[in-house]
Amino acid sequence: MQTFLQIIANGLMLGGLFAIVAVGLTLIFGIVKVVNFAHGEFLMVGMYLTFLLTTGLGVHPYATAVAVIPILFVLGAVTQRLLIQPLMQARDEHIQIFATVGLSTALINLALLIFGADIANTPNYGVRSQIEIGPVRILEGQLWIFLAAILLVIGLQLFLARTNTGRAIRATAQNRAAARLMGINDRFIYVLTFGIGAACVGFGSALIAPLYPTSPTIGTYFVLIAFVIVVLGGLGSIPGAFFGALIIGLVDALSGFYIGSDLREAVVFGIFLVILILKPSGLFGTRVSQSHVSP
Amino acid sequence: MLDVRNVDAGYGSTVILQDVSLRVEAGEVVTIVGANGAGKTTTLRTISGLVTPKSGGVFFEGEEISKLQPHDVVDRGITLIPEGRQLFPDMSVRENLLMGAHRRDARGVRSETLAEVLDLFPRLGERLEQHASSLSGGEQQMVAIARGMMARPRLLMFDEPSLGLAPIIVEQVFDVISKVAASGMTVLIVEQNVWHTLKAADRGYVLENGEMVLDDAAEALLRNDHVRQAYLGI
Ligand SMILES: Nc1ncnc2c1ncn2[C@@H]1O[C@H](COP(=O)(O)OP(=O)(O)OP(=O)(O)O)[C@@H](O)[C@H]1O
Ligand SMILES: [Mg+2]
Repeated sequence: MQTFLQIIANGLMLGGLFAIVAVGLTLIFGIVKVVNFAHGEFLMVGMYLTFLLTTGLGVHPYATAVAVIPILFVLGAVTQRLLIQPLMQARDEHIQIFATVGLSTALINLALLIFGADIANTPNYGVRSQIEIGPVRILEGQLWIFLAAILLVIGLQLFLARTNTGRAIRATAQNRAAARLMGINDRFIYVLTFGIGAACVGFGSALIAPLYPTSPTIGTYFVLIAFVIVVLGGLGSIPGAFFGALIIGLVDALSGFYIGSDLREAVVFGIFLVILILKPSGLFGTRVSQSHVSP
Repeated sequence: MLDVRNVDAGYGSTVILQDVSLRVEAGEVVTIVGANGAGKTTTLRTISGLVTPKSGGVFFEGEEISKLQPHDVVDRGITLIPEGRQLFPDMSVRENLLMGAHRRDARGVRSETLAEVLDLFPRLGERLEQHASSLSGGEQQMVAIARGMMARPRLLMFDEPSLGLAPIIVEQVFDVISKVAASGMTVLIVEQNVWHTLKAADRGYVLENGEMVLDDAAEALLRNDHVRQAYLGI
């Protein structure tokens, strides 16, 4: 029983970590209708930034979020403005996929050039110390990530539901042509949303870097799982991404223990395929929103 | 107020509008009538900035607006209530109406405007928290009109507001349009319901195959032989 509870706790903690990566991805997909294959590399960039700032300035990695979040926002906004927006006229959405895959490869190679293939260990300032919660033990940093994921999801939902800008973002996703007729600058909304999605993963980077060694390819692992979660939770659904992440975290932990740690990923991707076949709209998805092409 | 001068416009390389000119003066109710595919919607979309003219220009209060983005045209005070309603389906009626007041000049006074608009559409007051997609067609059209009014435009354009509605709802829609016009709003309206529209309008244009073939006072058009034959079936 004690072991089981420990596995559940590990799974939930892992889920929180996945959630913080997946939320930005699903936001960008849901609003801008672009599959951002460079999302994992945004995480990688954020983790290197956290590493550099932490070692360079001698500050707590969490404190670097103040800088990493805005830098990642700019990276996302610039990606939309300079890479995706010019391709939106192309009307063929596949071109955007090639563009983000290209960006992903470029960022990995840039990181290899600057940092080499060696891993970078961000000083962890004690967030790797274990804490006991009832019968289970987890890392302090994992708990912070979990709490941060909850805060992020609630914060984003409130932003989208209650603010003028959030409402304009939703309106643009639901009916772009009508949004433009309401005086909404749709291009600005897309740039802003891409920036926010990247900023979310920037927030995640500052929390993840002290727990995981950073390498040029670290993003690839996380983003594949994040894609599974986004599909599971329903494309574009932020609460869906959160609960989807918890489910995948639990599946990962349970299958790692009961089936074998080599087969964890096989189980996760097996589930991915089953969802795609049985319920392509995801567990929490209502509908797949219209494309951004105006009528 | 609005001056469309010798506009050629279309989609891609297809030219739909040819040498189209029209004027709307402040306080007027002007209508464009024409058959399916004549280019009425294209004309309104060109004024809104959704379609850019290939030649000619659109001027609003002396300023050329034909190169502006649609959101900048809305900021200048021109709002289009589009064909087919185009509501935000997953938003409540209230949120749809608030989106109408996104324009800078309208946002600050949106609670006052909402109260005014709900006076005109009391039924919507009871439906504020309902999802727009759960309303009947007539109610959705009312939301679309109310949402357009939320922008506090100086020129309000309607694209086929009565399309697909039951006769009794059509009466209500035209009632509302008359009230809006009576409040001093400048209105440009496109309709296939020619008789109703000409009754409500001051002046009218007849658009055929992308060209303006007639323009006159609304009463004169109602008596015009060509209009009577082609559009009123008399
Ligand atoms: N997005 C588009 N792309 C290409 N052609 C279009 C597009 N929209 C309209 N057209 C064409 O332009 C022509 C004029 O269309 P428009 O919608 O302006 O006509 P309309 O007078 O509003 O007709 P209706 O009464 O049916 O609404 C039609 O031949 C139509 O097929
Ligand atoms: Mg039309």
